[in-house]
Amino acid sequence: MSETNETLFAAAEPPSNAADPGLRADTGGRARPRTRFNLPVRVRLFPGRHDAQEVGRSRLFVTCAIFAVAFAVVTMKLVDASLYDPARTVRLDDSRAPEALPEPEQLRADILDRNGLLIATSLPVTSVCARPPLVRNPVATAFLVAGVLPELNAAAVQAQLERKAEFVWLQRHITPKQHQALLALGEPGLCFEREQRRVYPQSGLAAHVSGFTDVDGVGIAGIELAYNDVLNERRDPLRLSLDLRVQRIVRDEVQYAMDRFQATGGVGVLMDIANSETVAMVSLPDFDPNDPGTASADARFNRATLGVYEMGSTFKLLTAAQALEAGKATLSTKFDATTPIRIGRHTISDFHALNRWLTLEEVLIHSSNVGAAKIAELSGPAAQRDFFGRLGMLKKMSIEVAELGSPLAPRRWSEVHMLTIAFGHGLAVTPMHLSNAIASLTNGGVYRQATLLKQPGGDLAGGERVVSAKVSASIRWLMRQIVINGTGRNADTALYPVGGKTGTAEKAMGRRGYDKNAKLASFISVFPINDPKYVLLVMIDEPKPRADTFGYATGGWVAAPAVKAIIERAAPIIGMPPIGPDHPARQMPILQIEKRPETRT
Amino acid sequence: MIGIQRGDNTVVGRWWWTVDRSLLAALLGLMAIGLIMVIIASPSVAERIDAPTFHFVKRHLLLLPFAAAAMFVCSLMTPRQTRMAALALLVGSAIALVATQVIGVEIKGARRWIPIGGFSLQASEFAKPAMAVLAAWMLTQFRQRGDSGYLIAAFLVFIIPFGLTAVQPDVGSSVVMTAVFGAQVFIAGISLWFAGLMGMAALSGFGLAYLYVPHVTSRVDRFLDPASGDTYQIDMSLNAFRAGGLIGKGPGDGIIKGALPDAHSDFIFAVAGEEFGLIACVVIVAIFAFVVLRTFYRALSDGGLFIMLSVSGLAAVFGSQALVNLGSTLALIPTKGMTLPFISYGGSSLFALAIGMGFALALTRKRLGPEDDA
Repeated sequence: MSETNETLFAAAEPPSNAADPGLRADTGGRARPRTRFNLPVRVRLFPGRHDAQEVGRSRLFVTCAIFAVAFAVVTMKLVDASLYDPARTVRLDDSRAPEALPEPEQLRADILDRNGLLIATSLPVTSVCARPPLVRNPVATAFLVAGVLPELNAAAVQAQLERKAEFVWLQRHITPKQHQALLALGEPGLCFEREQRRVYPQSGLAAHVSGFTDVDGVGIAGIELAYNDVLNERRDPLRLSLDLRVQRIVRDEVQYAMDRFQATGGVGVLMDIANSETVAMVSLPDFDPNDPGTASADARFNRATLGVYEMGSTFKLLTAAQALEAGKATLSTKFDATTPIRIGRHTISDFHALNRWLTLEEVLIHSSNVGAAKIAELSGPAAQRDFFGRLGMLKKMSIEVAELGSPLAPRRWSEVHMLTIAFGHGLAVTPMHLSNAIASLTNGGVYRQATLLKQPGGDLAGGERVVSAKVSASIRWLMRQIVINGTGRNADTALYPVGGKTGTAEKAMGRRGYDKNAKLASFISVFPINDPKYVLLVMIDEPKPRADTFGYATGGWVAAPAVKAIIERAAPIIGMPPIGPDHPARQMPILQIEKRPETRT
Repeated sequence: MIGIQRGDNTVVGRWWWTVDRSLLAALLGLMAIGLIMVIIASPSVAERIDAPTFHFVKRHLLLLPFAAAAMFVCSLMTPRQTRMAALALLVGSAIALVATQVIGVEIKGARRWIPIGGFSLQASEFAKPAMAVLAAWMLTQFRQRGDSGYLIAAFLVFIIPFGLTAVQPDVGSSVVMTAVFGAQVFIAGISLWFAGLMGMAALSGFGLAYLYVPHVTSRVDRFLDPASGDTYQIDMSLNAFRAGGLIGKGPGDGIIKGALPDAHSDFIFAVAGEEFGLIACVVIVAIFAFVVLRTFYRALSDGGLFIMLSVSGLAAVFGSQALVNLGSTLALIPTKGMTLPFISYGGSSLFALAIGMGFALALTRKRLGPEDDA
């Protein structure tokens, strides 16, 4: 067939059958056509010199080879498309059967209270997403999805499904029943992801301690934030020092006091004085950490650890302890409280002015501002600052929540500051600071940083001595006298001997001085005072006076009854048999030296 | 069949011992694979168009025995009967093609189907094997007698169905007819000079189609530059192969069949790729290659020029249709609406190809000698 060129324009001549042995045709004896039609063009389309069948065979072989090559190309492309081709914009390979959904690698560690009750736990849940390019009919799919998930509306789902995106979330954390119902829709554009969801079975009870996580399980408040990485990495649950039973009681009673005095907020802290474990820590109002998005900023504000306040007269215990520890005074040292102190523009006066000389004990019992200022004068500003510093009152605490307030201390600790700080104004600290300091003063005199984590049993190593055991006993004596004879009478209970100190501070109004009507009523107590185990602080923010409290909204009237109620309810639960009015333990000798072994330090 | 003795002289007995049984087995195998694929791919498509779930499955099950029977009956024919049948088929489909233009229904911008008793007939499918056999016969006559009238007749046998198909427009069928006729003329011994000229003509014809048939323009543009338009179908198709990988996701686990409107017909191979994987797809392609190459091989046997031309024409019909479908599905060529022979759902295509391969089986039966005029 290569010899065609020379014959291209040769005269057309009929192919000779004789020369074509391959064409053994026309043997059937049919009549040959009589006339022969020839193309008018003198072009030889079919060179006929060769055996037509031989030419045909070789050309058929060529045709066959072309098809063979084509099938080979298809096979190669098939291999490439199946094994090597990167996926196009529309990804299909993830939409496998739902049982192939991987479990989250490791669930975030639980948070437990000291008795093992659940405060926070993580559950594996399913979330529903969509791949819009795979959704055939967004309108119908949106309608069906919204029918399964009542929190969604069809229009919003449709908008999501019509987005030009590879992946959209429809709803996080659906129930197994909803998951099943969505699978039953048979929509290939829906996808599901295995996730974990943080759940707080106690609802708001320990909200300010636990904090909460965002929808992706990242801690954004409280211990969840401060211990975010720890919780993600550890397998064992994190055990807190909190006792949810006590927490419940403290929250009840603080809430009751708040309601009773129409207060804006409240704090309750109960701390083990020996090792500074926080057994209860309440800040009200609080919120449900399962749904933190709906909580107000005020509810999410942790007044116990983040809020700093001028705590008022409860500071007088510190003032007294400092003077006693320095040996500048004894319980019977007398101070001139006959007239208010005038210093510069300021006047320091007493709420219930007795206008006479008072012993140190009387200064505390009657909560004399003038007397407290006079006590502080004995040592001077530097010693006061040093003492407060040793009690941890001048720096941020390091308890295990993320929300930690820095104390507001005067930059230059002047004489005036010294006088006001002596009765609790001019230095703002968190309620936890005060609880921690009072625990140190009453536990025999050793400062241990407050903690929210359960401490290994009986381990009291470390700690810094701040006052002697003798001074510590004196403080306990003073606190008991205040409850028996002084401003703290409303905290006294027939069941347990309680010691305590009231505090009523006017709230600072920024640079405009103090607001006489916005008060902080607090009561710090230690119980049982004969053998102290716990320190309890209740602070009520802006209580309104009531008729049945004779128009008072002071610590003694507002916070002390709450302290009493908490002790009466909580002490039996945490293993304290009641100590009745006639119990010999009530007869606390004056200045009884700490009987407990000093080895606890 | 096992019971048929060598000496059995009945029609079926002689058929069994003379027919190409390996080719027959391959064709029946393709039909069986096709049934499985239609069962797997079509319910999603049916639900998508609000038809009963097993609408297409039922129709396919109904038609398949008739198609197999048609193939068997055709394979019983002598070459002469084959030519007669092809002539009748060509006349019939030409009339049907004209009728399509008059009473046909327009689907997706083309008028290709005539509704007949609940089914739609696509006449162009039947024209292809008929044209292959008759063109082979005319070319053989021309070669044997040297009468240019036969050559003109051969061109008419090609150009009439080609023209009627091209105006529908059914570019895919027109291209297949051109390729088949071109191959036959080539094998018949046309001068290479003229073969080149024909190739040029075919290319410029395709160029005209590109310029003047809007959906051809769009398909080709999107093939040459995927960014120029919507390549959804071909992206889905390629992703299906990728998702299937070596062994597939497993029957029923694929999702492309729910996403592509033609998953049961034009894109059925992608469904196979997604659910059964590369290995199964290679087996399917191998069967197609076997059918085509085997048919070509049988065309080479010493049966005379008519057998050679007609059988290779029929092999080209089957092979080019398969290659156009596989190439489209795998994005080797622009997307072309064409069924995968015996695998896709589609009554007309199934029947027409069964008849065509029935002709091929008939023409490749062992004979004592050449039977050009038998």
